[in-house]
Amino acid sequence: MTAPTGPDPVAFDPSLPWQKARSVALRPEPFGALVYSFGTRKLSFLKSRQLVAVVTALSDHPTAAATLVACGVTEAQRPAYVKALADLARSQMIERRETP
Amino acid sequence: MTTVERPVGGRLVDQFEYGLDAPICLTWELTYACNLACVHCLSSSGRRDPRELSTAEAERVIDELQRMQVFYVNVGGGEPTVRPDFWHLLDYAIGHDVGVKFSTNGIKLDRARAQQLARTDYVDVQISLDGATAEVNDAVRGTGSFATATRALENLAEAGMKDVKVSVVVTRENAGQLDEFKALTDRYGAQLRITRFRPSGRGADVWDRLHPTQQQQRELYAWLLANGDQVLTGDSFFHLSALGEALPGLNLCGAGRVVCLIDPVGDVYACPFAIHENFLAGNVRDEGGFQRVWQQSELFADLRNPQTGGACTKCAHFDACRGGCMAAKFFTGLPLDGPDPECVQGYGETALAARDRELVPPRSHIDHSHTGPVRGQPTLLGIPSIPVKICDESPLAGLDPRWRPPSEG
Repeated sequence: MTAPTGPDPVAFDPSLPWQKARSVALRPEPFGALVYSFGTRKLSFLKSRQLVAVVTALSDHPTAAATLVACGVTEAQRPAYVKALADLARSQMIERRETP
Repeated sequence: MTTVERPVGGRLVDQFEYGLDAPICLTWELTYACNLACVHCLSSSGRRDPRELSTAEAERVIDELQRMQVFYVNVGGGEPTVRPDFWHLLDYAIGHDVGVKFSTNGIKLDRARAQQLARTDYVDVQISLDGATAEVNDAVRGTGSFATATRALENLAEAGMKDVKVSVVVTRENAGQLDEFKALTDRYGAQLRITRFRPSGRGADVWDRLHPTQQQQRELYAWLLANGDQVLTGDSFFHLSALGEALPGLNLCGAGRVVCLIDPVGDVYACPFAIHENFLAGNVRDEGGFQRVWQQSELFADLRNPQTGGACTKCAHFDACRGGCMAAKFFTGLPLDGPDPECVQGYGETALAARDRELVPPRSHIDHSHTGPVRGQPTLLGIPSIPVKICDESPLAGLDPRWRPPSEG
């Protein structure tokens, strides 16, 4: 558990382009999905199908914020989704995309 | 069989009770063969079974796991590395996106193998050790097994292998050694993993003597709260959550819901601690393979119904411990909807005392224990675990001339 020094590579900024990390596999389940990182060997869970749709669609949109809008996430739901994506960024399940 | 409709949303633990499309945590025991004869072996291993899956059959199982997106398997045995195709199957699994965590007593982990493992991605090694000292370890695992395990740890550390685990089953004999285990593990740059001892396999024979006392359970719980973030537990101590604060991880019996076992002959059981016909869901050789067993067996459908009745549901702590471990109840002859034999609220002891005196707890008919003497065979409390055949009919049975008090071992 070492804290990264300098600019945090996993700090989540919704105005930037993101994608499901390349080393991460996503397995759909009735409640949402299982995400597994072959890099960190960590397992995590997406607790709604809408969040699965968001994570999958990240790579199709210029920013994470735009992905949320495109996936029909309402203003009321938005803070919960931003927090969920921030958690996924911290655990390296999603990563910043180089090209928008 | 009744099927209850899955709720939408809510807590993950509630979702998991209804099962998943594929297991999260799959244990695959590759062989019943083992060089050791541990007194508490959960699978009563020792001798290879002639019906064990062939290399080609094992490859087909891996293909299926890849299709089902089972991201990793916990490989064990027996001693998996004594299978001649073990290293091939390891590479085959990793090449098919199925990561491997394997448990071993270390017998085959010489320098060359340690270097090979250090070069391989997606493989994790767990070295089994049930005492932080040779004296405590060897009494249950056999003379020399501590030296074998620590030699393997040395080889792995020297090769630069990362994230090696030392896997400990917590018993009455070693429960006081948790800090020593941590120190030993740190010495090799490894991580400590401790799991619960269940009365499964030969474990049933020694459970009364070896399962931790209530006081030890309370100490273990306190230790886990203080050290839990540095120690893996496989979420196996969830019954301790009824002492107060929930322990990190999944506090739920995952049998048939999120975990299962494929045994060496391809039989699929609800969990690695439940090798008994009552928990046998099918075989990977059946039509439809493993996927069909996991998704359509009647047994697993039954296990995926949340528990709604029984003594435990009325307990204030039910939400914390969920009634505890199915296998522990079953093999001590307790009802599955009642308390765990090690219930920290004391209901288990009451239930054990209230058992019918005539009751014989169920035993697995699957037993691959060595039938003859084994080199260094454990001498737990001075009693050889495996009777020497020649003495079976003799009035001297139990008086093994090779016996030494554990302190001399």
